[in-house]
Amino acid sequence: MAINWFKYSSPASFYTLAGKMIPIFVIAAVIFLVAGLYIGFFVAPTDFQQGEAYRIIFIHVPAAWMSMFLYVVMAFWAAIGLAFNTRLSSMFATAIAPTGAMFTFLALWTGALWGKPMWGTWWVWDARLTSELILFFLYIGFMSLQAAIDDPRRADKAGAIIAIVGVVNIPIIYFSVQWWNTLHQGASVSINQAPAMASTMLTGMLVMVLASWMYSIAVILKRVRVIILERESHSAWVTELQKKGAV
Amino acid sequence: MFIWIIKRDLLLAVRRQSDVLITLFFFIIVVSLFPLSVGPEMNLLRTMAPGVVWVAALLASMLSLGRMFSNDYLDGTLEQMLLSPQSLSILVLGKAFAHWIVSGVPLVLMAPVLGIQYDLPFDALLVLTGALLLGTPVLSLIGAIGAALTLGLRGGGVLVSLLVLPLYIPILIFGAGAVEANMAGIAFDAHLSLIGAFLLASLVFAPWAAAASLRVSLE
Amino acid sequence: MLQGINLACVRGDRELFRDINFSVEAGCLMQVSGPNGSGKTSLLRMLCGLSNPAAGEIRWCNTPVRSLEGEYFSDMTYIGHLSGTKDDLTVSENLRISSALAGVEISFSQAAEALAFIGLGGRDNLPVKVLSQGQRRRVALARLLVCKTTLWILDEPLVALDVAAVQLIKEVLERHLQQNGIVVMTTHQEIDITASSKMQLHLA
Repeated sequence: MAINWFKYSSPASFYTLAGKMIPIFVIAAVIFLVAGLYIGFFVAPTDFQQGEAYRIIFIHVPAAWMSMFLYVVMAFWAAIGLAFNTRLSSMFATAIAPTGAMFTFLALWTGALWGKPMWGTWWVWDARLTSELILFFLYIGFMSLQAAIDDPRRADKAGAIIAIVGVVNIPIIYFSVQWWNTLHQGASVSINQAPAMASTMLTGMLVMVLASWMYSIAVILKRVRVIILERESHSAWVTELQKKGAV
Repeated sequence: MFIWIIKRDLLLAVRRQSDVLITLFFFIIVVSLFPLSVGPEMNLLRTMAPGVVWVAALLASMLSLGRMFSNDYLDGTLEQMLLSPQSLSILVLGKAFAHWIVSGVPLVLMAPVLGIQYDLPFDALLVLTGALLLGTPVLSLIGAIGAALTLGLRGGGVLVSLLVLPLYIPILIFGAGAVEANMAGIAFDAHLSLIGAFLLASLVFAPWAAAASLRVSLE
Repeated sequence: MLQGINLACVRGDRELFRDINFSVEAGCLMQVSGPNGSGKTSLLRMLCGLSNPAAGEIRWCNTPVRSLEGEYFSDMTYIGHLSGTKDDLTVSENLRISSALAGVEISFSQAAEALAFIGLGGRDNLPVKVLSQGQRRRVALARLLVCKTTLWILDEPLVALDVAAVQLIKEVLERHLQQNGIVVMTTHQEIDITASSKMQLHLA
């Protein structure tokens, strides 16, 4: 079966397609979330070292993974939009940013909650935490730059450049922070040697990762739909939708 | 062309010396505020000195980024630069170089004096100056991207700090690290080599990215 | 030589114009007219390569301008609304630097000659900030005298100029057209330039 992918690269037809896809991803997200939380809270055993507090990793680890992954995806779509002048890809980049920033914030927040019982302090200048904080700044920078520009075409392109510059810099920043951390190591506890995990813990975490994926896709598609409506508000097909009362 | 741009920007800086002096005094004031806030305890100040000087240099260099393109943008010179037959990247490189001469070099020259305020040993003063000499051009180059992207935007000055400061972090870490390593009696040449590597990498990529940003901002 | 094919321009949500077609040959003057906000400046900025058309293509000597880049810029001079002069530099420094940017390096005496012609003789060493609006405009237009480009794109070149200066610019443009140059300009003032061929492009 041949699918004409290019058909869906136009905002108008993508709008309808996304409308159909969102419920599927929402349902999948709910199922995985319930399953993941059940495994996390009831099936997974209590950790002999960390007690019950460790259970926050079922949210913390997926959030941290998503935060990094989404930045790369965002930069990828932004770069595609810049190189080929495809509007939809730029809209995707814009739509991904808030979700990515949300996951970064969540990872930082849960990290602090985990740190208090583990290390006795809300915040340590651990390499991973610090890098995550810097990632948060990068997301905020991207979003504020786009928000400050009125012309959507310029916003797309400017955002793309800063996203690409950011993605080139992330490894450099990560390694310099890691290196800085080893130089100043002393007070903080190393979290590098995590003890081997029970397999149910791993399963629970992976299911939660899937749930975050489904959630992100659903939210991003929804946001892309809103952006499409906003930017195409003067085009014929949106006016028709409004007449039908579908918007 | 490269030379013309540098000559022009330096000439403009000479005609408006207050701009240069403001950046320099900002640097001096920020560095001088720290002892007032944490107390005159010399041992504490000595350990803080590299970080304080570097953070102040970062802020001072960033403060003057707004001027890199905005005056040329307002009076239409930037349009002419974009329509020049010469490569825009070379031109941006020239402007970043002029920015460094005007706002970076004075900081480098001032740093040893401020280091003395913090009772840094002579060796450490040399390392501090050397690290700043290698690191401040990177600040101007990366800053050019931010300045180009925020051209003509409302609140561009604050925005540029949000965009550029996270990217300055590696320079801050290795710049201050070099001085700390020297004071701790460890070899510091690896730090300087890394800053040198950043300088080379940003010499290649930053003018190109800033030129692309200028085209986007002027469209 | 200069061709516009199905050009369209979009500002924000609004379409300013679409399907603009023209072809300008050597020695031809094209005047772009239309009410305020009809997209004259946007069109000129597209023609000189500062912005990209929302649709369509601009060609110079049958090659798309986008693929020519620097080559096109060395054939073209654009003088826009903004004069592109630096307040802190002197008149002759301004002229020398803006010509250098355009790829033509001129000496102080060449600059003095051009400035004398445009009516700024003896003011070479004054900083531009003490000049009047009309005089600043003259500094910007002096660039036309020293550049050796074929295509001139001028956005309201006569604004703020007095009668004598308008006459002077008229002569400069006529000479350029006689030497097979091309002029694309907008103006709200009535000016009668003699040229072997003339075109009007009206934007509604």
